[in-house]
Amino acid sequence: MGTFHDNMGELHGITVVVDTEGSRIAIGRRHEMNAVEIVLMDADIHEEAPGASTKKDFIQRAAQVGVWARHRRLVMPMQGVVSVTPLGQFEG
Amino acid sequence: MRYDPMMVQPMREELTAIGVTELKTPEEVDAFLASKSGTTLVVVNSVCGCAAGMARPGLRMALQEGGVRPDRIGTVFAGMEIDAVERARSYFSDMPPSSPSFALFKDGQLAWFVPRHRIEGRTATDFAADLKKMFETHCVTGAAK
Repeated sequence: MGTFHDNMGELHGITVVVDTEGSRIAIGRRHEMNAVEIVLMDADIHEEAPGASTKKDFIQRAAQVGVWARHRRLVMPMQGVVSVTPLGQFEG
Repeated sequence: MRYDPMMVQPMREELTAIGVTELKTPEEVDAFLASKSGTTLVVVNSVCGCAAGMARPGLRMALQEGGVRPDRIGTVFAGMEIDAVERARSYFSDMPPSSPSFALFKDGQLAWFVPRHRIEGRTATDFAADLKKMFETHCVTGAAK
């Protein structure tokens, strides 16, 4: 995928869904990723909880219109991350 | 932060060369969107290589292939004319800011919105097909329906 930074990996600059084995899920533009952490830009993060919308709801809404950039830069530990998937692969 | 105008100029010209109206001030945006009849497409252009690099040629292909198209097409440039972009986004403020993005208005109402992630990873040809489908769905008027 064409970006200005070919040394940053295939998904650099692509809007991704970062799912974890816990209740947390984040969506943002993938900046950097290594074995320790993933850095998202213009990201939003959602915590699944009783009474709150589910991860699926959060992804579905984001797939339709995108996410509000509540975090200019969000760093998440890779420990517990189960998938990093382009948001464009989800149906809105 | 504004980008280097010389770097951005070719990206502007990709759209102006196909007849898209450039909107550089809030006043120009308001005037462009003042008409509440027919269809109006607003393109939020950007330097993003992942998506805008496909969005601009995709729009060109969709328009050059003929067929149904919006009555008016205008563009603002994210990261350049900040005030004009803010004013344009105020017309679709329920949508999170996204660039590049496409907002199609029909009779003054937002009818379709394409955020950046719907363009990322697609080819210009694929995106042109998306746009043509959008135009055929929303830009057919009156007796032609």
